[in-house]
Amino acid sequence: MAGAAVLGRLTWRLAEVADVAEETPRTRTLVLGVEGWSGHRAGQHVDIRLTAEDGYQAERSYSIASGPDDDRLELTVERIDDGEVSPYLVDEVRGGDTFELRGPIGGYFAWSPGDGGPLLLVGGGSGVVPLRSMLRARPDDVPAKLIYSARTHEDVIYRDELSALGDDVLLTLTREQRDGVRAGRVDADLLRDAAFAPAEDPRVFVCGPTSFVESVASALVELGHAPERIRTERFGPTGR
Amino acid sequence: MEELDGNVAAGMLSEVFALELTAARGRCDGCGNVAALGEARAYVDSPGLVVRCRSCDSVLLVLVRGDGRYWLGVQGLAWLELAAP
Repeated sequence: MAGAAVLGRLTWRLAEVADVAEETPRTRTLVLGVEGWSGHRAGQHVDIRLTAEDGYQAERSYSIASGPDDDRLELTVERIDDGEVSPYLVDEVRGGDTFELRGPIGGYFAWSPGDGGPLLLVGGGSGVVPLRSMLRARPDDVPAKLIYSARTHEDVIYRDELSALGDDVLLTLTREQRDGVRAGRVDADLLRDAAFAPAEDPRVFVCGPTSFVESVASALVELGHAPERIRTERFGPTGR
Repeated sequence: MEELDGNVAAGMLSEVFALELTAARGRCDGCGNVAALGEARAYVDSPGLVVRCRSCDSVLLVLVRGDGRYWLGVQGLAWLELAAP
């Protein structure tokens, strides 16, 4: 059964930055080489630990952005301005730099093709990151729909990759009016129009800032989706 | 203090438990709510990890690491149901 594996001892490993790519003004994707990396399930995350010269340590969790079958591990990190870890990862880290990482982590907000579909993915802001991993993990015969809420067009992560998925992706912008793009928040009306109906029994994953996740999950339950089919991951007040 | 959810606790819990705990369902001893630990409120920027019931805010689990040992409190959980490997 998925998620029921006995865990190997999770150890801190050295990750080396192979490449960095800017996604938006606030987010960057790090391509990493990690010795002994064992592979992951879509939706899982890693913990990153930075150690200062005086020994002070800061740990944060970041979702895995790459698909399970991709050659290299990718993380997409959003800068939190008063954060202890993300400003370093977004603004400072360069190819060849190293830091400590452990993972893959988490068995709740995770999906494997064997879990079946259809897949209903609802992301707010950088909450799209683990959902992108799920889209990459999805075989052609599993129907999927991503509903993605971003502030503005400039804030849309993975813009080209997602637009290539056509009708499988519905983008809505909360702080910009733009021709041909939906405007407004993800609410019950949007979910009723755009998402799989409860009768199709989709597996639902909702990820983003805490208030986004709470309101989307409530709307889905109101529409008749079974709570036990809805899995959530909250990135905190602003996202991480 | 920043509120996250139980998913963020998976790494620290895996230091202590052999089975993946965030997918496990637990019953809150305070209000009787049954939910996956991944759904609970979680705080990681206190001295350790604090996991609280999303329904009634009772403390379900506390895990503190330091001084070469762990302190684990699970007084707020009536039971846990874990998938067997």
